[in-house]
Amino acid sequence: MSLNIIVLAKQVPDTRNVGKDAMKEDGTINRAALPAIFNPEDLNALEQALHLKDANPGSTITLLTMGLPRAAEIIREAIYRGADSGIVLTDRVLGGADTLATSYSLAQAVKKFGNYDIILGGRQAIDGDTAQVGPQIAEKLGIPQVTYAEEILDLKDGFVTVKRRLENGVETVKAPLPCVVTVNGSAADCRPRNAMRVQKYKFAVSPSEVAKLTDRQKEIVENRPYLQLQEWGAAFVDADPEQIGFAGSPTKVKSIENVVFTAKESRVLDDDDAAIEDLVKELIANHTIG
Amino acid sequence: MHYELKETIMDKNNLIVYCEFEDGKVADVSLELLTKGRQLASKLGVKLEAIVIGDNLDKVEEQLFPYGVDRVYKVSDKRLYPYTTNPHAAVLINLFKEIEPQICLMGATCIGRDLGPRVSSCLHSGLTADCTSLEIGDHKDVKTGKEYTDLLYQIRPAFGGNIVATIVNPECRPQMATVREGVMKKEVFDAAHKGEVVDLDPSKYVSDEDFVVEIIDRHIEKSKINIKNSPIIVAGGYGVGSKENFDLLYDLANTLGAEVGASRAAVDAGFTEHARQIGQTGVTVRPKLYIACGISGQIQHIAGMQDSSIIISINNDPNAPINTIADYVITGNVEDVVPKLIKYYKKNSK
Repeated sequence: MSLNIIVLAKQVPDTRNVGKDAMKEDGTINRAALPAIFNPEDLNALEQALHLKDANPGSTITLLTMGLPRAAEIIREAIYRGADSGIVLTDRVLGGADTLATSYSLAQAVKKFGNYDIILGGRQAIDGDTAQVGPQIAEKLGIPQVTYAEEILDLKDGFVTVKRRLENGVETVKAPLPCVVTVNGSAADCRPRNAMRVQKYKFAVSPSEVAKLTDRQKEIVENRPYLQLQEWGAAFVDADPEQIGFAGSPTKVKSIENVVFTAKESRVLDDDDAAIEDLVKELIANHTIG
Repeated sequence: MHYELKETIMDKNNLIVYCEFEDGKVADVSLELLTKGRQLASKLGVKLEAIVIGDNLDKVEEQLFPYGVDRVYKVSDKRLYPYTTNPHAAVLINLFKEIEPQICLMGATCIGRDLGPRVSSCLHSGLTADCTSLEIGDHKDVKTGKEYTDLLYQIRPAFGGNIVATIVNPECRPQMATVREGVMKKEVFDAAHKGEVVDLDPSKYVSDEDFVVEIIDRHIEKSKINIKNSPIIVAGGYGVGSKENFDLLYDLANTLGAEVGASRAAVDAGFTEHARQIGQTGVTVRPKLYIACGISGQIQHIAGMQDSSIIISINNDPNAPINTIADYVITGNVEDVVPKLIKYYKKNSK
């Protein structure tokens, strides 16, 4: 059975290991210095999609991402690993969106896309950390959701069977298709790039990126539809202006503070028996221990 | 007692907490939210309500009333336990359309983070996940100049924990927020407090079509490990080096009557189990003494232990970030220093 699979993904700043290079002198983050990466849990979702494609030859995987035009980079990355094509949903008016407005925009794009059997996405992105967009898209499309998925065990007869990893154990559920499945970081890691696919697709570009190509490269792309990544705007997906961007966001950011820990006056000791014994005695004397 | 669902009794605009109920017990995170909810409701001059959806809900209100709950809504049906998304969402969506709560709180658990967005999407309300703080305050919209009073400030970390944002939902209702377990403190309001119970008829809130997802198998085991309330914690990081070296930390913990915690890096490396993980994606602790062994101090970890009264950091890197917030810094190897702490404690304690 060939499946139409949509994978939702996001290009995010790498917030996981903020090194000294990304820190300004006052201890705050320099966001521009953080590399832009494929959101980690979306890669886990992509692997589940690739797994489904392996088991169902003839299936197609389309990556859908909402972001800046440069998010086309993650579409290429997904294609190198086995996805078939992708769409960048990008438009100035979509910017400033909270999770609800984002979900609305993406749901509109899915509706425009049309025929799909299953939608996969990572549980959450490492910049917002909300885990809200997946379930909200499912609600807007009026289809079931399965979150915290660790493994898709089976898909047949219009149902998907999923193993979920919860706080205190595991649960196996069966949901009718189409549905949205969000995938944990504890799921299987995404397979690496396939060298042949990299060769074949390295010039896959979106319309915004065509301008940067040489004439020779432009000619290559023009003659090969599989190298043409799609770029959709708000009007194309029939987005209601009241429901997108800042206007469509019920939540507003009132203020932001950088997290800078106030340094304490620390007492520094060496690994010296006498010093350690003194510390222990002091903690016993003031009833912290003992 | 049963109450008829009448307009006169079902007043609107209150603060409601979705409570999780498993194995006859209301979840800790729900009780923590009721504690916070009681404070916020009193500040706003409204009622604190709780909703429990599931099966075998007899007398659940006895666990809730002491936290200052004024009204408990119960929706009971065999099919409503264990949790699946659509039925629970249907109850909240339909009930909220009737009672129009101004605020809804739920735990940032696998259930809350699955349910919250589904409900808020349908009601077009704002939802803020993983809040670390909730307050009531005023707000002025910069663009329109419109002023609002008594909004819920939803305060949460973002960007991997490197920033803290204050979020408000000026126009949409209910204002929804999820909070992780252990972030708020659980405190009985009044052991003798009583409120009303409203048994809602499930057939009026949920339809057969909502039961779309089938649970085939379930292995849930409440972890025997709970480090949250320990007054002393000995925590190990990636710098401990191995699962075997973690034994030193268990020795120190046993000697001091402490619990053992860990950073995410140590758990990911397999040195110890996830239930001991402290930090943004683990538990939040506030012991009187926190001994950090071989922990560098990523922001996501510090977020889970920064309220410790006294912090000792043992690390062979004098520039480990955690050292800046430590009261005592011992520069040395964990495997050298920890045995000495044990030795001198035994020598000097009664």
